[in-house]
Formats: sequence, C-alpha cells, structure tokens
Amino acid sequence: MRIPILKLKDCLLVSIQWELDDQTALQFQEDLLKKIHETNARGVVIDITSIDFIDSFIAKVLGDVINMSRLMGAKVVITGIQPAVAITLVELGIRLDDVMTALDLEKGLEKLQQELGD
Amino acid sequence: MEIQSCVTILNEWDIVAARQLGRNVAKELGFGTVDQARITTAISELARNIYLYAGQGQLCIDRLNEQGKTGLRIIAVDEGPGIPDIRKVMEDGFSTSGGLGAGLPGVRRLMDDFNIDSNPGEGTDIRATKWLR
Repeated sequence: MRIPILKLKDCLLVSIQWELDDQTALQFQEDLLKKIHETNARGVVIDITSIDFIDSFIAKVLGDVINMSRLMGAKVVITGIQPAVAITLVELGIRLDDVMTALDLEKGLEKLQQELGD
Repeated sequence: MEIQSCVTILNEWDIVAARQLGRNVAKELGFGTVDQARITTAISELARNIYLYAGQGQLCIDRLNEQGKTGLRIIAVDEGPGIPDIRKVMEDGFSTSGGLGAGLPGVRRLMDDFNIDSNPGEGTDIRATKWLR
C-alpha cells in the first residue's frame, strides 16, 4: 500500500497511518522525491503520530529521505513523535541529528513557514 | 512455566509478522506502551539480523512466569555464519552491513537481560528478556 502525499500551497503533507514494512518505506522514499520534483515543493511535513515504534531500518529510511529532500532543495519537518518512540530511538542509539521536529502537524507547519521565510 | 510462539524468518514480511506477534504477547502480558515499543523494536532488530546475516532462522516469544515475576523472552536462533568476535559486535557503532542495524548493543539497552551464544559456522542464539514491573 502506498502512503498518500498531499500538496498544500508550496508544501507537501504526509501522514503515516500504519506500521511501515520495508517495501512501503522504500516506495515512500521514491514517491516523496518524485512528488517534490513534480510540484516544486519547498517544504515537507511528515506526521508520524500513528507510529508506535521505529526500528533502525525505518529510522534510516526516514533519515535518508530527509537528506535526499534537502539535496533537492526541500526542507522536511517530522511531527508527532510519540513518547515511546522517542525513548526507544534514544535507547537503541539512533540519533536523528539535524532533523527538524515539532510536537504536532500544526506546529510543524508553523516551523516550516518560519524556515521558508514566509 | 513457558508458553512459546514462533515465527520462521525467511523474508522481510516475516519481520513484520514477528514484531506483530511480540507486540500482541507484550500487550496480553500487561506491558505498558513504552515497554511494548521497546520489545517490538528489539524483535524487529533481531529478526532483521537473521534475515540479513543468516538468510533464515526462527524468532520465538516465551511468556515467562518465574517466582511470581512475569516476563517476555525473545529467542532469535539461526544456523547462519555465526559471529566470530562477539565482543566486537557488542561495541556501539560496529556494523558489517553499512550502518543498517543499530546493532546488538541497542537491543541489549532496550531489554533487561541479554545473552548471546554464537559459533562461527554453526549459527547464533540470542535471548533477551523484559520483565514486567
């Protein structure tokens, strides 16, 4: 199943609603980059409120897609990281350095607007 | 007292099946959301190690009840190439797969007890337990 990517003005909105398997995660990486290219999006918000765990593979896919988007000129904010997810990521030893995050979708969009300077 | 459920790991879909099994058992035993996430993540890492390094193996979940304590034990067993230097893979930041797995030190931190047994050419047996507090 593919993760829907919505366009809102010059931003893209993604809400990951179910547990990611490897294929879906890699497909999402490709789909998001294509969509950035097609729409000339300058910012992306990826909301992971519904995700109740992140392992090293999903963390790597997310980290990679953020770097890839940056190469294309789009900034990415991750929103809605649950307490349990934050705890396990740190205990696991995964650092998502240089990744912009916000508590929820609304704050994520605000942060993106600030970053994009409009 | 032990009741065991197992998933045979052959492909990446089996990793999903293994962590779903683990999450269900963790919920059933009464673990909170944070411990459920720890257990699910640990299973995902161990199942992925089997898939990546051994090609196939088994991931089993034990429900433990010892001296009034309830626990969940993950057993990850394969007959793959084994680990030549266990001390090295237990160091943070060591990886032979180009940084894909956070590795075994991460799994050890997520769980309460951790034991690894491995012989080159024979395979690997990893057991990790989380106790209900």
